Amino acid sequence: MGLLAKAGPGRVAALLDDTCARPGFDWLRHPETGSVMVRGRTGGTGAPFNLGEMTVTRCALRLRCGTVGHAYIQGRSKPDAEAAALVDAMMQTDRATTLQAGVLDPLRAEADSARTSRAARAAATKVDFFTMVRGED
Amino acid sequence: MYVAVKGGERAIDNAHAWLAEERRGDPSVPELSIAQIREQMTLAVNRVMAEGSLYDPDLAALAIKQARGDLIEAIFLIRAYRTTLPRLGNSRPVETTAMACDRRISATFKDLPGGQILGPTFDYTHRLLDFKLAAEGEPPQDAPQRPPEAGDVPHVTGFLNREGLIEEAPADDTPPPDLTREPLELPAERALRLQALARGDEGFVLSMAYSTQRGYGRNHAFVGELRIGAVSVEMDIPELGFAIEIGDITLTECETVNQFTGSKTEPPQFTRGYGLVFGQTERKAISMALVDRALRWEELGEDFTGAPAQDAEFVLSHADNIQATGFLEHIKLPHYVDFQSELELVRKLRREVAERAEAANTSRQEAAE
Repeated sequence: MGLLAKAGPGRVAALLDDTCARPGFDWLRHPETGSVMVRGRTGGTGAPFNLGEMTVTRCALRLRCGTVGHAYIQGRSKPDAEAAALVDAMMQTDRATTLQAGVLDPLRAEADSARTSRAARAAATKVDFFTMVRGED
Repeated sequence: MYVAVKGGERAIDNAHAWLAEERRGDPSVPELSIAQIREQMTLAVNRVMAEGSLYDPDLAALAIKQARGDLIEAIFLIRAYRTTLPRLGNSRPVETTAMACDRRISATFKDLPGGQILGPTFDYTHRLLDFKLAAEGEPPQDAPQRPPEAGDVPHVTGFLNREGLIEEAPADDTPPPDLTREPLELPAERALRLQALARGDEGFVLSMAYSTQRGYGRNHAFVGELRIGAVSVEMDIPELGFAIEIGDITLTECETVNQFTGSKTEPPQFTRGYGLVFGQTERKAISMALVDRALRWEELGEDFTGAPAQDAEFVLSHADNIQATGFLEHIKLPHYVDFQSELELVRKLRREVAERAEAANTSRQEAAE
């Protein structure tokens, strides 16, 4: 669900539609945008405090077979929340393998590649200290 | 006193129509898109998210466009929007130790595990205008890359902790107070102060921090560590019965290490100030850490020297630029009746002074005759 929550705009829907036809479903909770209060810890490790909010969209649906899917995704896109909840539901059915290969694996690869490319840029800005040799002899 | 009056509607509508035209500027110049603001005015977007206290880069970019680049107005728009959102819950405290660091520096240790990572910084630039940016050109060359080290980057304060040279920040799970739910109450505990500072005005917090460096509540801070990068946000979902990741946000964290000679209750050791802010916002995060440390004088048994940065009531009541703007700017709105009564009063006082002067004059003349 983390991968679905963090995917870029329209990404889950595009991968889902490339993988299979969308099944019919009923809403248990229509997509709703709200906020989540993000907390930090004093000194990084101490008592929690409220840092500020972030936008989150959630929904819940039930496939015709009765399987329930939930989504909590970052941002305000209701179509993205719907696609994420569909994937969550279908991952609990016999189509899990197809969706794993068609949606989740590509999302993971994209997230890994984005993270690695930033980390590699950061690593290139790491300082290599060296001490000038002093001529004392 | 406020009295309802009518009659400004046409003027107001026309003023807003003109505002829209002025916002657009010269129509022969291409219009800014939200994506352009989000991608190319990132640090302005970060400031609006931090002080608007809502992490959503697209909304912050829209607010900047709507506010014609007036960041406090944009923050106002974000704060107003925020109030329309239902609160879905609280996150688990973010783990900054697990941050994917774009930048991580320490002013206290040169060779530290994880290294000094400069990241995309303005530091060491010459602050000379770059006229190449004025000419539309090719995108910049790709930044060089090097294979990154695996694993988390440890916090610097952790090293000092091992020797007991620095105060600890033991974990604790007391639910923190929330300024967005309860109005500010004094005395404010540290969790509440940190929330107020995290959304406080960057200029105000910077000035307060600077005042401590110049001697008004001096606490001699070193930047033990400054780190910027993405952290994952997790939330417990009641209907699922477990926690899931609901997004990634970029944060700036600053931990200061401050000189402390000890007090009646505490041994000589280093103490800490803490800053944590949405986005890449390092000036604000360093300022926040300095002010946080200055406000801790009481719990550390230090003297109150009367410095503004030590005075929680002063700092917390004036840090919010939306409160400040609201009160400041309301004085430009019609106060016709208020002013009318002041006018009457001044006229009456002048009349009385004139009458007294005249009476005195008359009695002097009578005495002389």
